[in-house]
Amino acid sequence: MNTQVKTAASSSPVPDYIRASKGIWSWLTTTDHKRIGLMYFVVMISLFVAAMGMAVTFRLELFSPGEQLFESDIYNRLLTLHGVVMIFLFIIPGIPAVFGNFFLPIMIGAKDVVFPRLNLLSWYCFVVGALIALFSVTLGGIDTGWTFYVPYSQKTDLNVLVPILAAFIIGWSSILTGINFIATTHRMRVKGMGFFDMPLFVWSLYATGWIQILATPVVGITLLLLVFEKFVGVAIFDPAAGGDPILFEHLFWIYSHPAVYVMILPAMGVVSEIIPTFARRTIFGYKTIAYSSIAIAGIGSLVWAHHMFTSGMVDEARIVFSFLTFFVAVPSGVKVFNWLATLYKGSIELRSPMMWCLMFIFLFSIGGLTGLFNASLSIDIHLHDTSWVPAHFHYTIFGGAVVILFAACHYWWPKIFGRMVNERIAIGTCIGFFIGFNLTYMPLFFAGTAGMPRRYADYLPEYTIYHRLSTIGAVILATSILIMIINLVRSISKGKIAPANPWQGATLEWTVPSPPPTLNFTGEPDTSRGAYEYPVEVSDG
Amino acid sequence: MANHSAEMHEHAEHGHYDPMANKIGMWTFLFTEALLFGALFIAFFVYLSTNTGDFLDCSSELNRIMGAINTVVLLTSSLTMALAIAALQRGNKRLSLNLMLMTLVFAAVFLIIKYFEWSHKIHLGIYPKSELMVNRAQGDQLFYGLYYTMTGLHGLHVAIGAVLILIAMRKVQTGGVHKTKFSFIENVGLYWHLVDLVWIYLFPMFYLIGR
Repeated sequence: MNTQVKTAASSSPVPDYIRASKGIWSWLTTTDHKRIGLMYFVVMISLFVAAMGMAVTFRLELFSPGEQLFESDIYNRLLTLHGVVMIFLFIIPGIPAVFGNFFLPIMIGAKDVVFPRLNLLSWYCFVVGALIALFSVTLGGIDTGWTFYVPYSQKTDLNVLVPILAAFIIGWSSILTGINFIATTHRMRVKGMGFFDMPLFVWSLYATGWIQILATPVVGITLLLLVFEKFVGVAIFDPAAGGDPILFEHLFWIYSHPAVYVMILPAMGVVSEIIPTFARRTIFGYKTIAYSSIAIAGIGSLVWAHHMFTSGMVDEARIVFSFLTFFVAVPSGVKVFNWLATLYKGSIELRSPMMWCLMFIFLFSIGGLTGLFNASLSIDIHLHDTSWVPAHFHYTIFGGAVVILFAACHYWWPKIFGRMVNERIAIGTCIGFFIGFNLTYMPLFFAGTAGMPRRYADYLPEYTIYHRLSTIGAVILATSILIMIINLVRSISKGKIAPANPWQGATLEWTVPSPPPTLNFTGEPDTSRGAYEYPVEVSDG
Repeated sequence: MANHSAEMHEHAEHGHYDPMANKIGMWTFLFTEALLFGALFIAFFVYLSTNTGDFLDCSSELNRIMGAINTVVLLTSSLTMALAIAALQRGNKRLSLNLMLMTLVFAAVFLIIKYFEWSHKIHLGIYPKSELMVNRAQGDQLFYGLYYTMTGLHGLHVAIGAVLILIAMRKVQTGGVHKTKFSFIENVGLYWHLVDLVWIYLFPMFYLIGR
């Protein structure tokens, strides 16, 4: 033990958070927000790779019409598991759980979140939920799709309760994180930092926190009702007992639509950090970006029924929901224009995080604009349940939230691990991703407009070309991602030692050592510089 | 040793007492609880509008006297809980403990009355998927489905609240919660009032809409 202390002490006066204490137990009982963030990352990225493998597998099945590798029953189960894992276990915790946990306290000059033990509890809720979800695979999986729509989920076998229980428990993890972030933002800001001095990433996490606490309980109780109905026989959604399956859809989407903003809002916050850093220019329209986060959280909570335009609803309601859906595009558009205006006349440095961000703007714009087609009532009748819809939401969620999760990895990796990532491989995988991504999802738009239904294990021969392109794209995409992950992991031991501020960033996390010490700041946080005041002179090498 | 002291240091630095943060945390959590029940209220009112006649008939079958007694019991328990907090803030530990004990007794009375109501209904054969139930009107099945779900979930909240009050009593006894550090008991009080508030809506929704 003495030698450990010595080696830690010899490298730097205050040991960083990774070397502060050793052993698996010191991680599993930690209340350090940085360690908890990292533990989320390890679980999430493993699950992501698994769910990506499932997607590539069923894409291979779709390479040709007819049955290739497995029968449609297996296809349905793979498709469901891919959705459940990606949505509930990867992208909903996503950026807030990893990078929010790690950087929210540092960015506001705090030593930790305000409820550190609650933070650890959130992680355990998440892990227990994840284990239960994986356990469902050993029971043979389920084939309801990730939305668990009644009455089918009531008629299928009892296994469906297992992933539902998992989603319920993970919901609590999300709620507790939201509560923690809101209270932290209110109470832990360093003296002198007002709400409008906060980095925009913190603003986006704050808005996300409100969605998490206000929307998640609705899906929680809805899933619980599903369990009561299936297990106890309580009549709620069963049409035979007078229940209304469409009520389930409403209650489900009241959460699950806002949930897409839980995914995308933090990503937008990260973009608002990376673009000014690499354009060396203050963010354009700080306040409009901050307010648009709140506006997205607010309006985004009122658009859920656009998932149900073909399910049966009075026309008046459909018109209102259609209008609100168009309207929610406005604050998103505000952000995109602000980012572009920030780039204008900036001295842009094309490093890997910036490349991912520029890719995000391109892909997310396609995702957003194709969403407007779905928002139009008459066009949606044609597009609903075709492969246009998965193409659209993969452009927004994968091309949006996940691309920015990767951007955040490259941006903050030097801070988290104290090592630089190999830049040439990083940019290579970024380009590979871009090619693979568009090749995977672009053809699905065309297939969808031509009438290819979504979720199907088989298709008519005239759709073959779209599916072939998409499958080839999926392989390129998955390969790029795997190389990217290997490159990131490899840098932890092999990368060059990172300085405190490798990108000349202006926010507070770049003023502390890489990796940061356990309590983040060795002295008082330096608040003399604004979050977007450029240029930043870097004194230490 | 070094490890241990580092942890101690960590705890000392992390675990500072911020009553305002605790209050913000609790209120945001209560929003969560309100929306949890909110979804059930939506389901209730949707089905009330589509099965009005059946719902009114079933409502008349519930025991209004018992429901009313429970309402009074729960409202009074909110009063004793609020007084317990006020007593502690004024430094009267003993009175505070006694008032919390009274709150616990009210909670128990509420649950016992609820137990009798439920068991009477079950005795009559009114429970999900019973022979009697599946042959009754669809609206009746929905009404009792929601009745058991919502009062059951509320009863669970009463039980959780009672456990929290027990923990609060323990903390007051051992001095962990006291005159100047009362954030915990205040939050338990807030939770208890929410449980009470939910019942204030459940009572008219289920018991009073009938003829």
